[in-house]
Amino acid sequence: MVTDNSEADVKKINHILAGYKGESNLLIQVLLEIQKELRWLPKEGLIRISQELNVPLRQVYHAVTFYKAFSLVPKGKYTVTVCVGTACHVRGSPRILDRVEQTLGINSGDTTPDFKFSLETVNCLGCCAMGPVMVVGDVYHGKLSLDQVRRILDSYD
Amino acid sequence: MEKITLNIDGKEITGEDGMTILEVARGAGIDIPTLCYHEKLEPYGVCRLCLVEIGTPPRTRLVTSCVYPAADGLVVKTRSERVIQTRKMLLELLLARAPGAKIIKDLAEEYGVTKARLRKTATFCILCGLCVRYCAEIKKADAIGFIGRGIEREVMFIPEIATESCPPCRECFPLCPTGVLESNFRLVQSLLFKK
Repeated sequence: MVTDNSEADVKKINHILAGYKGESNLLIQVLLEIQKELRWLPKEGLIRISQELNVPLRQVYHAVTFYKAFSLVPKGKYTVTVCVGTACHVRGSPRILDRVEQTLGINSGDTTPDFKFSLETVNCLGCCAMGPVMVVGDVYHGKLSLDQVRRILDSYD
Repeated sequence: MEKITLNIDGKEITGEDGMTILEVARGAGIDIPTLCYHEKLEPYGVCRLCLVEIGTPPRTRLVTSCVYPAADGLVVKTRSERVIQTRKMLLELLLARAPGAKIIKDLAEEYGVTKARLRKTATFCILCGLCVRYCAEIKKADAIGFIGRGIEREVMFIPEIATESCPPCRECFPLCPTGVLESNFRLVQSLLFKK
């Protein structure tokens, strides 16, 4: 669970940054590492990165807001990605998405208050034959039916 | 510096190796419109207005003259039919973004863009990056930057730095071709800079 543990976050960030002093060309790598560790990029972290790597803060923001892999708000433990591409769409993904939103009580793009799930949509996962597809964490759930949704989501803790 | 000779609009024009087409043309008094170019800054090539046609028919292509290196023997057309047509379209797009910006309106008039065919999606910022580049390259303050990507791209003041650096500087405001920067700054100032 993510709570106000900014002190621990700063510690982790400093730990990750330790090996990268002045390595401005490794900005993306550092950001990815911190994103993976904390599941988001806190503002204090960005300022630290800017100082340590000797990259202007504007460039850090530029990269962070450019790539979808980075988040400026805390993400849940699992990312739920519902495919809404054409193949999944015709196989009923809008209803799957509705059901996931209902079950989690959040809209696409949001995170549940207990920071367990973040919900996102994607336009294709490259496995259209499995449609409609939903990915939870890194597990693909294909050929979904509506009543499977709750069972799948409940199986994660 | 080695001398090079270009053929621009049918005239032989001499420049120096390492110059861009735009620099050579402007040096000879040939007018090429630009919005994102500034002689003190690295060329950026985003407004696209400086595009010119190079090569000899039938193999010609459009390049942005502010970033294209001039080469000996290059044949350049700055006002060909194709160039004018493309610039017209660009001006229409720019007008939809920043209606009312004098410099763009004047250019549109010059190029005969009269009808507004495009729906106005006014952000008043054409993302020329003059402010961002000036702040980074000349002032070395990095108080303003781009965020987002694609249609969501915008210019943002970095509050942590802008609070300190911007109020006494304000040197980027007159560079803004649409004049939106100063009003954005005032807005941000009233929202964020409150002590």
